[in-house]
Amino acid sequence: MKSTILKTASSYLLPILLLFSVFILLRGHYYPGGGFVGGLVAAIAFVLHSFTHGTENTLKLLRTHPGSLIPVGLGLSTLSMLAPLFSDLPVMTGLWFEEPVPVIGMIGSALFFDLGVYFLVVGIVLTILFTISVYSE
Amino acid sequence: MLIAVLAGLIISILFIPLGKYFKGRLSVTIALLPIGLFLYFLSFVPQIADGKTFSFHYDWIPSLGVNFDFYLDGLALLFVMLITGIGSLVFLYASPYLKGHKYLDRFYGYLSLFMASMVGLVLSDNVLLLFIFWELTSISSFFLIGFNNEQADSRKSAMIALGITGGGGFLLMAGLVLMGYLSGTYSIQAMLTSAAMLKGHALYGLILFFVFAGAFTKSAQFPFHFWLPGAMKAPTPVSAYLHSATMVKAGVYILARLFPVLGGTDYWTYPLVIVGGFTMLYAAFHSIFRTDLKGVLAYSTIAALGILVFLIGIGTKESLLAASAFVLVHALYKAALFLMTGVIDHETGTRDITRLAGLRKVMMPLAIAGLLAALSSAGLPSTFGFIGKDLIYEATLHTQGIWSMVLTALALITNVLLLYAGFLAGIKPFSGKLPEEYSHVHLPHWLMWAPPLLLGILGLVFGCFPFLIDNSLVNPAARAIANARIDASLKLWHGFNIILLLSGITLFLGTLLYLFRKPTAKGMAELARFDRFSPQTIFAKSALWTQQVATWYSNIMLNGYLRVYLRRIIVFAVLLLGYKLIVGGHIYIDWSKVSSVDIYDVVVLGILIGAIVLTVVTPSRLTAIVAMSVVGYCICLFFVFYSAPDLAITQFTIDTLTVVLFVLVLFRLPPFLNLANKRAKTIDGIVAGSFGIVISLIALQVLNGPVNHEVSEFYGDNAYKLAKGKNVVNVILVDFRGIDTMFEIVVLGIAAIGVYSLLKLRLKPSEKE
Repeated sequence: MKSTILKTASSYLLPILLLFSVFILLRGHYYPGGGFVGGLVAAIAFVLHSFTHGTENTLKLLRTHPGSLIPVGLGLSTLSMLAPLFSDLPVMTGLWFEEPVPVIGMIGSALFFDLGVYFLVVGIVLTILFTISVYSE
Repeated sequence: MLIAVLAGLIISILFIPLGKYFKGRLSVTIALLPIGLFLYFLSFVPQIADGKTFSFHYDWIPSLGVNFDFYLDGLALLFVMLITGIGSLVFLYASPYLKGHKYLDRFYGYLSLFMASMVGLVLSDNVLLLFIFWELTSISSFFLIGFNNEQADSRKSAMIALGITGGGGFLLMAGLVLMGYLSGTYSIQAMLTSAAMLKGHALYGLILFFVFAGAFTKSAQFPFHFWLPGAMKAPTPVSAYLHSATMVKAGVYILARLFPVLGGTDYWTYPLVIVGGFTMLYAAFHSIFRTDLKGVLAYSTIAALGILVFLIGIGTKESLLAASAFVLVHALYKAALFLMTGVIDHETGTRDITRLAGLRKVMMPLAIAGLLAALSSAGLPSTFGFIGKDLIYEATLHTQGIWSMVLTALALITNVLLLYAGFLAGIKPFSGKLPEEYSHVHLPHWLMWAPPLLLGILGLVFGCFPFLIDNSLVNPAARAIANARIDASLKLWHGFNIILLLSGITLFLGTLLYLFRKPTAKGMAELARFDRFSPQTIFAKSALWTQQVATWYSNIMLNGYLRVYLRRIIVFAVLLLGYKLIVGGHIYIDWSKVSSVDIYDVVVLGILIGAIVLTVVTPSRLTAIVAMSVVGYCICLFFVFYSAPDLAITQFTIDTLTVVLFVLVLFRLPPFLNLANKRAKTIDGIVAGSFGIVISLIALQVLNGPVNHEVSEFYGDNAYKLAKGKNVVNVILVDFRGIDTMFEIVVLGIAAIGVYSLLKLRLKPSEKE
């Protein structure tokens, strides 16, 4: 797309939207939000960038193929699901740190589970969209 | 014990990464696995002989009643010794036999898998575990039969074998589950206490039907026998191992194992005696018309299996003892004959009996092996086969009334024919004049001729010194089947009596037959005329019909037009839901429960309707997409109005992405072509309208029902207490129903990989059809 305004804006919007997506992810436990929506927002940020700068440039920016985020996300979620097994608790038991961390708040296995969902969603959305966009070119 | 059972499975898994190192000379070392297992189980022999049994328990899925429960008694020991013993020889034999084969590692992987599942099968006490191993044997057999997967014949035979044994396994599972359900336990040993209850139960007949179906398909009883000759497409070591000595006896094993629980009634005896008796006659008769060595052996194997089923059917102590002994007798001589056939095939390149002769001059040790095996199969005195045959005659003679004559006559005819088949396979290729074309044939690697020779010699040794095995293997096995004390000592010499006379007659008639009847291809041709009525033809026909019906159905239902699929799915849903609405009583809408309408509701609704109309009438694709997204955003707004913010954000982002996706795909397509005519549009309109009406009616109907708040209250109350989260929706997603989410994201990942691989897989022009 040839719009200069959009192109300039998207360069600035990308980090802001990514930050926003992390914000949505973190607040998910107390307010509307969560890993799924956060992941979608992050994906939209990259899609917007690819619209104005071209898919190749966005892929360069990502450094790795977005598909590699899928196993990362799945692995993270699986690990946080199985983590309680190490302390002899049933699968999916919520494990929490005693003290809240500044800014983020309480950290527990649920947050890592959500983080896995976040990465996975970014991975699949970008994989599907970029594959299709490369294909249709 | 668990390690012993699972060792083969572990080895076969390790072969996936490490197999390439075992393709060459190292392949022989894999035989250490069966040899080790053989020695391990050998150490149990003295204690089992004393009447001890061993139970092993390891938890697996206790909540479902599926556990690694192993039970080692005489019956299991007899089979496990056969499996590991003959397995050792076959593992050694296969190394030179398939030397240089490019998938040798794969072959050993399948073979280990098979051996492990067979060992597991005979040791399992838990019927569900037994069933799992049972299926594993079918599956590994499928891979082994189809090992030469470049040949269409091999693939087809493998399919047939899997179809028949798999179908039988399915029925067997029904029988086993029924037994477990009625007796309240899945342990066979525990079922013994409810044997009387099971035999008297109304469902007893059904259980027997299922169990017999499983056993008959696996052990190739008429009319399911035809997969076994087909399975001879496998490499010969496999035929020797799976399709004569071990796997096909799994059906016999399950009958023997369940005999104390289910056996001894008329419902048990008659079907088994009739099917077993018919199979043994039918197959023995067929075996003498074959000219392919493996064909002869395949049919004589079916006959031998028939004898075993027949003996278990009779169910007297004598017959069960005879069955235990005959399992061993048959495994020894038949494996020897098969291995010998493999050598002949390997060296001369043919298995045609009419062409093979005089090979003793070039392969003396093999000729001795063949002779010993043939004599054992003939039941010549001083061979183990003689003892086996004696026991069979003793069993048939000691049945009640006039049946004893009939059964003995049946056994006599079968034995005569089997003797002929044994001579044909074991003696014919080695006797007479050596044809010119085979004069250059030489003896192969010693690992190929030593195993059959060893088996042949064992047959002779056990025949001359039966005390070696009577108390250690055969008696405990018979005891386990009968669940009673049996202390017959096997004897070579019973004195002059009617049994000896019968053995003599068998030998005499069989030898006469061998001397006067020469195998020709003509007999085969004569027999082929009856092929039209054979079960194989019927099976093949019905498979063809199934395929035709499936093709016809697919052509109608799956015509490749997405719009047709969608229309069908929606029409079906409308009909089903509409029917339920009408049948479910009068349609009543309680307007008082519908919330009041605000001004912003009306505004958004107006936009929504406008967008929908625009979507339908616009001539441009992009406009339609944008209008659709307006519809989506309006729905998001409704979510916001009715306090579902989580849903709203998700819907909002998803809608955005959907538009992007559509644009990416449709951007390059030509502008709208008006392909739909008025009629199609009308139909689509009616379908869409009625679907909308039905869904709206259901949504309004739901308001009438009593609302149960229990679940939502639980989540609301406990979200913070148990999961430390204030956003209930999110807590449900990541904590309460986290496993659901887990699987959903797995599905998402699979979908992404699917899209990626579908689009990335651009076939080269040469690969396109």
